[in-house]
Amino acid sequence: MTKILIIAEHLNGKLNSSTARCVTCAREIKPDAIDVLVLSDAPDAVAAEAAKINGVSKVLTVTNAANSHALAAVYAPQIAAVARNGYTHVLAPSTTFGKDVAPCVAALLGVAQVSDIMKASDAHTFQRPIYAGNAIVTVQAPADQVLVGTVRTASYPAAGNGTNAAPIEVTNVGVELPTHTRFVELAQAKSDRPDLQSARRVVSGGRGVGSKENFAIIFQLADKLGAAVGASRAAVDAGYVPSDLQVGQTGKIIAPELYMAIGISGAIQHLTGIKDAGTIVAINKDGEAPIFEIADIGLVGDLFKLIPELEQAL
Amino acid sequence: MKILVGYKRVVDFNVRIQVKPDGSGVVTDGVKLSANPFDDIALEEALRLREKGITTEVVVATIGPADCQAHLRNGLAMGANRAIHVVTSDAIQPLTAARTLLKLIEKEQPQIVILGKQAIDDDCNQTGQMLAALWNRPQATFASRVEVTGNAARVTREVDAGLETIEVDLPAVITTDLRLNEPRFIKLPDIMKAKSKPLETIEFASLGIASGDHLKATSYAPPPKRSRGVMVKDAAELVAALKTKGLL
Ligand SMILES: Cc1cc2nc3c(=O)[nH]c(=O)nc-3n(C[C@H](O)[C@H](O)[C@H](O)COP(=O)(O)OP(=O)(O)OC[C@H]3O[C@@H](n4cnc5c(N)ncnc54)[C@H](O)[C@@H]3O)c2cc1C
Repeated sequence: MTKILIIAEHLNGKLNSSTARCVTCAREIKPDAIDVLVLSDAPDAVAAEAAKINGVSKVLTVTNAANSHALAAVYAPQIAAVARNGYTHVLAPSTTFGKDVAPCVAALLGVAQVSDIMKASDAHTFQRPIYAGNAIVTVQAPADQVLVGTVRTASYPAAGNGTNAAPIEVTNVGVELPTHTRFVELAQAKSDRPDLQSARRVVSGGRGVGSKENFAIIFQLADKLGAAVGASRAAVDAGYVPSDLQVGQTGKIIAPELYMAIGISGAIQHLTGIKDAGTIVAINKDGEAPIFEIADIGLVGDLFKLIPELEQAL
Repeated sequence: MKILVGYKRVVDFNVRIQVKPDGSGVVTDGVKLSANPFDDIALEEALRLREKGITTEVVVATIGPADCQAHLRNGLAMGANRAIHVVTSDAIQPLTAARTLLKLIEKEQPQIVILGKQAIDDDCNQTGQMLAALWNRPQATFASRVEVTGNAARVTREVDAGLETIEVDLPAVITTDLRLNEPRFIKLPDIMKAKSKPLETIEFASLGIASGDHLKATSYAPPPKRSRGVMVKDAAELVAALKTKGLL
């Protein structure tokens, strides 16, 4: 029996779409069951959303005031306890949430973790990127151990929902939770723009944009296109935009239909974040910039002249 | 107070890694090796905490083959007080690394352990979290700001939703993100000084660690290639091209 436990990612009572992407990865393994675990202080709304995802067999909820924030040290022992109830696989998204908690679960279970799963050839054979995505390694995990893995969300579309109505069950884990880690605050930029990780269109700016003030033209173009805004590390380091907009090896790995790289040179660490994008457009004043080697559509010129023209032409 | 820093040697971030034609691995012969960039940041943070008087001793540790000594000397030249080299010629996996670091913690009793959030070779992003779980102590991963006050640390973390701040009791594990600090450059006199700093070697086998290297790499392949597309000459042509592709 192959039984997969997916750890739901949620914030402010809303399920993150990364969870439905994990379901698609889980379905690739062709398991007998796919259960979703929701840890929260108030899991009902999130559990209801998860129950609708096609392919989900059952949703398990653990309600505890200590679960009001996703602290890895608090979540991990509870996940490990549920996993011990006959699960063969534990999957979490390879987002900062999943990256934080999944290795703790693996360590508690005494097993290895497969990070950033991009393909499951069978229940224990996976492909994952290494060296900033410059090589893909196939790894085999032992069949007699629980497999803990994080799912590279850009590799899997979100499983659809609507026709499913999986049962929701309350579970008790009965493990002692640590108090040595305390949530203080989450500083979140308020934005009405689409979410970078799930947006169909993304407009990204790099160091070439030149300043925080100049970044307004990137935001403007994005708004005209209904796109999310991203950035290179150089742009984030220089303080043009907040860190949660960084795309790349150490930022967000995304797969929009349209990605526009503006004033971005195309370092490998950036490219690894956009490899799965549908169409990549590059605008750069340097015709030799490496971004053009992978761009589907390239335009050489000064972004400060081209972006207003582009907005006009849209 | 003592800080232990994990300091891994990896293929330099500027190297464009090539997969061997037979798919048995990646080419590492003659390739430039450097400290994992996140580990340089980890060491820098430890040194800054020492400069603030919060810690008195910074110990760098690496797990790797015999020729890692020069790499550890760089860590000493950057400013670490001592180095520990756990010698093994095997490329160990994160669970084994975490178990090894736990042994060093038992021996050294540090109050803070700082590691990079990921090593840029296997890109696993696991060791710090595994270590914290095995040690049964807090973790503050992806740190972009660390403030130590008394017996706790307040750490700001770069998360997908923004910047999260948590407070952890010490001892704790912290893993670094890129914007935590900018590591200092090593100065020539420091390289000379580093030669006389203590560097302890421990045979990996002598630690009696149950191997956690459960994953078997069966083959390596280059990533699917994206090829160069078309060049357009102005904004109007760009819009036309996007329309042709059905993207507008
Ligand atoms: C461990 C590690 C991890 C990293 N992780 C990431 C990551 O996750 N994401 C990431 O992006 N980077 C990452 N980097 C950094 C990466 O190596 C590059 O330094 C970075 O991507 C460069 O950003 P950039 O392209 O904006 O800047 P630059 O390389 O400086 O490029 C700026 C570009 O703008 C163009 N330009 C300038 N002015 C104009 C103009 N007026 N009009 C049009 N074009 C103009 C220039 O021609 C140039 O090509 C990482 C590096 C390391 C070592």
